Amino acid sequence: MVSITLEDVGVTLGRRAVVRDVCATLEPGSLTAIVGPNGAGKSTLARAMLALVPATGRILVDGADAAAIPRADLARRIAYLPQGQLLHWPLTVERLVGLGRLPHLAPMSRISAADTAAIERAMMRADVFDLRDRIATELSGGERARVLFARALAVEAPALIADEPLASLDPGHQIDVMELLRAEAASGALVIAVLHDLTLAARYCDRLLLIDEGQIVADGAPAAVLTPARLRRVYGIDARVETGGAWPTITTLGRSDR
Amino acid sequence: MSHSLPRPLLIGALTALAVIAGLASLLFGAVDLSLDRLVAAASGDGDRIASIILFDLRLPRALLALAVGAMLGLAGAALQGYLRNPLAEPSVLGTSNAAALGAVAAIYFGLAQLHPAVLPGLAIGCALLSLGLLFLLAGDAESPLTLILAGLAVATLAGAGISLALNLSPNPFAAMEIMTWLLGSLENRSFDHVWIALPCIAIGTAMLLWNGRALDALTLGEDAAQALGADLKRTRRRLLLGTAIGVGGAVAVSGAIGFVGLIVPHLIRPLTDRSPSAILLPSAIGGAALLTLADLGVRIIPSTNELKLGVVTAFLGVPIFLIHLMRERRLW
Repeated sequence: MVSITLEDVGVTLGRRAVVRDVCATLEPGSLTAIVGPNGAGKSTLARAMLALVPATGRILVDGADAAAIPRADLARRIAYLPQGQLLHWPLTVERLVGLGRLPHLAPMSRISAADTAAIERAMMRADVFDLRDRIATELSGGERARVLFARALAVEAPALIADEPLASLDPGHQIDVMELLRAEAASGALVIAVLHDLTLAARYCDRLLLIDEGQIVADGAPAAVLTPARLRRVYGIDARVETGGAWPTITTLGRSDR
Repeated sequence: MSHSLPRPLLIGALTALAVIAGLASLLFGAVDLSLDRLVAAASGDGDRIASIILFDLRLPRALLALAVGAMLGLAGAALQGYLRNPLAEPSVLGTSNAAALGAVAAIYFGLAQLHPAVLPGLAIGCALLSLGLLFLLAGDAESPLTLILAGLAVATLAGAGISLALNLSPNPFAAMEIMTWLLGSLENRSFDHVWIALPCIAIGTAMLLWNGRALDALTLGEDAAQALGADLKRTRRRLLLGTAIGVGGAVAVSGAIGFVGLIVPHLIRPLTDRSPSAILLPSAIGGAALLTLADLGVRIIPSTNELKLGVVTAFLGVPIFLIHLMRERRLW
């Protein structure tokens, strides 16, 4: 079980304050989406939680300062799926997913049967088991996204931060990934996803953090956060929010004149 | 599709090749010695000439070829992994050029005649100095591009120094001596050279072999690598220091031998699972075998002057670029 607490967190990149005054406590067993327009600071906030960028304020992972936790230790607690599909060498899918076991390997040891089992589980869950002998750089964008998602799952950490895990996925696989994130949370993991699809976020997430210009402008249950007035102010769109069904659906009608 | 060999088989085959190359290097040379005479000399009851040729000339030369080749191959593999660039090789950090500048200065100022250790000593000193400069220029930035640019600046500076020495050399013989050294060779090396190079190469090898996991993690980029537990600052420090010490020591005794660090990882990679860690040790062994074979070729290929090792390896480098080009143009 891992919890993350953010107290007055700020990140300045170059001279620009990209994240400002962020306060939130993220609990195990929950699926939280970070949503907001391009350039709002979503990814930077996610990176700050992993101590990948220098931040002011306090970022506590299980009560300890994230920057002071040894890298390998933090890596076993929080799995991270970065944005984009960076992949520098033509590894096979199985070898690539196996990179997720790096935090668990003792120095000079080889991959164990338990690691192999974790790699296979991750490939099965992300629906890439059949691709395991293919070269990852030769896959389609969507297949590659699923392989990289499997890589993050293979860490089997009690927390997962996924930055745009739905990018390049078809609608079917988008739902698969959201179901997986939901299942991870249901099994007690702390799951945070940076998302752009507000309807999927509203359908699957317990909580939304709506971010604009580096600050949290709304934090709460999807139905409470996603109001037409707020969407207009933050995204500059006119949207219809229907709350009558099992989950809120958001239909974008067009650009508003902000 | 991959044609990867099982790792023990790959390492075994490469080791056998290196051992055969090393033995062949003892058997062949300018003087034709029969196997009987060499075996007798090796067992201690041969004639004096055979034993001098074997122990004072061929053995140090074979050992240096193996060690220098291993260092260059390994440094190339480690740097390609770290910089995530298949065209990286030890010279991109400027270390080889800086070491060469140190050696050229020793020749230019006539210091090389004082003691056999002065030239390699200065070469290693300059390599370490260039590393300091590299850290200063590259700063804390973790991007490979910053490091390559800083390395280029250092290499260019050292190259300019070498050109200056050639330009100002007092007579054609001095210039010739510098040029000859720059072409790279293992001719007339003694055990003094082995004792200078070997400790540096041992330290360098140990520091570079240590980075396999961080290099694998870097396949996914810097953020993902750190989130997988890789300490990139330490990795970078180990890698640059290991390259400077090891390659500095190697260049100090062999002169500038290019392309081994580029070619070997390319030959090895298709035989592995292509992860950066998988090519480290095989590239070291393969580099040892390749340079020893090239050095053997230098002695066997008939020519009026003995061919220089750096010339032969440069010719070997051409096909690698061509293969890359053909793959890029999808001709192959």
